[in-house]
Amino acid sequence: MLSLAARFGWVLIALASALPALADEVQDAAKLLKAGQHKQALDLVNKVLASKPKDAQARFLKGLIYTEQGKSKEAIELFTQLTKDYPELPEPYNNLAVIYASQGQYEKARAALEQSIRTHPSYATAYENLGDVYAKLASQAYDKALQLDSSNAAAKNKLSLVRDLVGRPAAAATTAVAAAPKEPAKPVAVEKPAKPAATAPAGDPNKEILNALNGWAQAWSKKDADTYLDYYAKDFKTPGGEARAEWEKTRRARITAPKSISVSLEQPKVTMSGAERATVTFRQNYRSDVLKSNSRKTLVMVKADGGWKILEEKSG
Amino acid sequence: MRFWFFLTLLCATLALGGTPTPEDRLSQVFESIEANRLDEAMQRVDALIRDYPNFRLAHLVRGDLLLARSRPLQTFGNVVKTVPNEKIDGLREEALARLRALRQRPGDDRLPRYVLQLHPEQKHVLVVDAKRSRLYVFANSQGTPRLIADYYVTLGKNGIEKTREGDQKTPVGVYHVTANLPRKKLIDFYGVGAYPINYPNEWDRRQGRDGHGIWLHGVPSDVYARPPRASDGCIVLSNPDLESVGRHVQVGLTPVIIADEVEWSDAQSIAAERASLAAALEQWRTDWESRDAERYLAHYSSRFASREGQNFDAWAAHKRKVNSGKRWIKLGLGRVAMFRYPRERDFVVVTFDQNYRSDSLSNVMRKRQYWVKEGASWKILYEGAG
Repeated sequence: MLSLAARFGWVLIALASALPALADEVQDAAKLLKAGQHKQALDLVNKVLASKPKDAQARFLKGLIYTEQGKSKEAIELFTQLTKDYPELPEPYNNLAVIYASQGQYEKARAALEQSIRTHPSYATAYENLGDVYAKLASQAYDKALQLDSSNAAAKNKLSLVRDLVGRPAAAATTAVAAAPKEPAKPVAVEKPAKPAATAPAGDPNKEILNALNGWAQAWSKKDADTYLDYYAKDFKTPGGEARAEWEKTRRARITAPKSISVSLEQPKVTMSGAERATVTFRQNYRSDVLKSNSRKTLVMVKADGGWKILEEKSG
Repeated sequence: MRFWFFLTLLCATLALGGTPTPEDRLSQVFESIEANRLDEAMQRVDALIRDYPNFRLAHLVRGDLLLARSRPLQTFGNVVKTVPNEKIDGLREEALARLRALRQRPGDDRLPRYVLQLHPEQKHVLVVDAKRSRLYVFANSQGTPRLIADYYVTLGKNGIEKTREGDQKTPVGVYHVTANLPRKKLIDFYGVGAYPINYPNEWDRRQGRDGHGIWLHGVPSDVYARPPRASDGCIVLSNPDLESVGRHVQVGLTPVIIADEVEWSDAQSIAAERASLAAALEQWRTDWESRDAERYLAHYSSRFASREGQNFDAWAAHKRKVNSGKRWIKLGLGRVAMFRYPRERDFVVVTFDQNYRSDSLSNVMRKRQYWVKEGASWKILYEGAG
């Protein structure tokens, strides 16, 4: 469930990049929110909304501020209205689900996430969240089967969500590379468009990176957790800000649990930022005996120990 | 006539194939799962829980269906939390018992070997299969039992073959319902009602078995059913099931036969056995009327004991004296019922109305005899008022 929180903030970035005419004020407000200055962030957002009351980004950000302030009721209202005004956007549904889940309302969270996936079948964040919500609902069903009291678990869950939300690592600092929700087939402009032919020096880092990428996907498909984890840099930024060991444990469990996994990558696009750092975007086709998902992924890769390793990994 | 015939037929069809029971619906959920129609399975289990929110097994299945969307299942009842194993095992066993019973329901031509003859006023007989955790209700269809319903039951924590007070076992034998205790006289634990049976019967007492208070009863209001082995020896049914069974129960008349594993037979074999017993009974009747004490006593086993505890010799001496003083004896038998005893070898409980008249005494009573096969002939091991 920790990962719910980690995925929460990311959605803002995705939306921000999705909609045109990103207001500077909204960007500033997002920075204030990230810095924990809720009140200032809210003032700024309200200022934007005073002149543009329908502005989706501003409303979405306001919903986020309310969420962080613990004003769940207001946040739910805002996100619900956004789902009505923009039914094709998966993010407001996803965030509604996160709030419902934090309140222990897992059936509502499930409905919102299922809606999110219906509007946007390749939305990986919602898929992963939905997996967590199903697990939680299963746990509640088992509690009923065994007549155990499950009321406490929900409360604990909410607490950890809020804490993680505040302590989330700096996802917003990275460049806007997420997919445009409205046009999933077309990747959003990366700052420096990839020109593999032009940027490929003697060693051809482009090829090296793609090799590493394929090796990573193959190890995953073979359920070879050791090799898979070896593709991650020592200073890999875990998505939820959790300890490396903890993250590895979760990944190991997820990789070894299914009977079979197949991961294939489509349309990989490498953008170099200097000689030893690159951003790779691609569509990830994941298939196991329990789950199928097609999602967009972004890896920040760095050259370390003579090979290319993953420094950051984002989906959505 | 045709109208009534069709109406009867229609009622019979409704009783068998009408509204699906919660158990039928659970079985449909499993059918959906087996056909890999998981969304349908989820809809079915959701609807089932809506109607029976206390059906814990349905919640377990729902948990599995949800968890399967998140990760692969390792087992049925894939509870992630650390919980005492026996809690989950009870539900798993219940699931197995219910599904097996539904899939192994005996065919129309299969009859329980125990029911040799029902008397006309015994409208139904209840047969419990301990191994299958199942109670079968047979209607008396002109003397032949006809299966009309069957139910999941909970039996004793420690299994069957009760011998001692407090051993938490369910007795094996031929019993009958002795009372009807309505809900308002009971605490919630017993659910919608209770029907005590006559454990320990004469045979149990003779075997030195003790204990008491073996009932058919319902479940507390916060559960739909209990695990297969959970009672202190009673036969426990879900409340709706107990109500259905209760509609067929006649206090003092309805037999309850509890077997380890029901032996199934066919009408022909049962008719042959019934004929053999009926012939022995008829011979016993005419030999008594003959006033020839030795012919009469030849029907009794040397292991015979009377209700009062007399052994064969003491009892035979008494009978010789009584019978020799009569000038004539007339004996009429009516409402004869015969039940083979589970687990025992060639052992039959025979109950009948005995109309005894002689030159010096007339007496009408209900009598119970236990007949055993010794060599090629049937002998009486016990007799007394029944």
